[in-house]
Amino acid sequence: MATEWLEQLLRQAFPDADELRVDDRTGGGDHFQVTVASPRFDGLPLIDQHRLVNAALAEPLSDGTIHELRIRTKGTA
Amino acid sequence: MSDLQDRIKDVIEKEPVTLFMKGTPQFVMCGNSDRALRALREAGAPVTAVDVLPDPSIRQELQELSGWPTIPQVFVGGELIGGADITQELAETGELEKKLEEKLGTDYKSKAEEKTISVV
Repeated sequence: MATEWLEQLLRQAFPDADELRVDDRTGGGDHFQVTVASPRFDGLPLIDQHRLVNAALAEPLSDGTIHELRIRTKGTA
Repeated sequence: MSDLQDRIKDVIEKEPVTLFMKGTPQFVMCGNSDRALRALREAGAPVTAVDVLPDPSIRQELQELSGWPTIPQVFVGGELIGGADITQELAETGELEKKLEEKLGTDYKSKAEEKTISVV
């Protein structure tokens, strides 16, 4: 399942995440909402926070697994 | 750099606010593109829209240029702001208006207009 794969990729990229969630928004397995709270985001502009998430999901983004992605990032500070 | 990438770069650098989207402001083809457009409208921004759907290479060349993997993409004064989520979040906190003022001048709302241009 794509949801588990995405979650696994994000856990690898953010092992210290306080909160990490992947929601299949439509149930179709290709529209996702990901939420990540990690100390790595502290002090980073939003665009760089999202770049880190996009980088972690580079493979499913490029191979068509993810048709639509919504990202919510939070620091811990 | 390809001719197409040159044209994309030219648009990003010359237009005050560029929105790469699926569809056009009159006929939006994707929920995220719609969210980004609404956030820009709420902030009173001028919007130059580029539809990426007519040719898949637009998306490829844009991604190569910006390093951003998804559509929509919003540029203000030549700088990548982000996709739908960031644009919406910045609009809600008022930071988008601040960014627009900083890049385009405090009277940017008086020049706000929407247009669509083609790069292919």
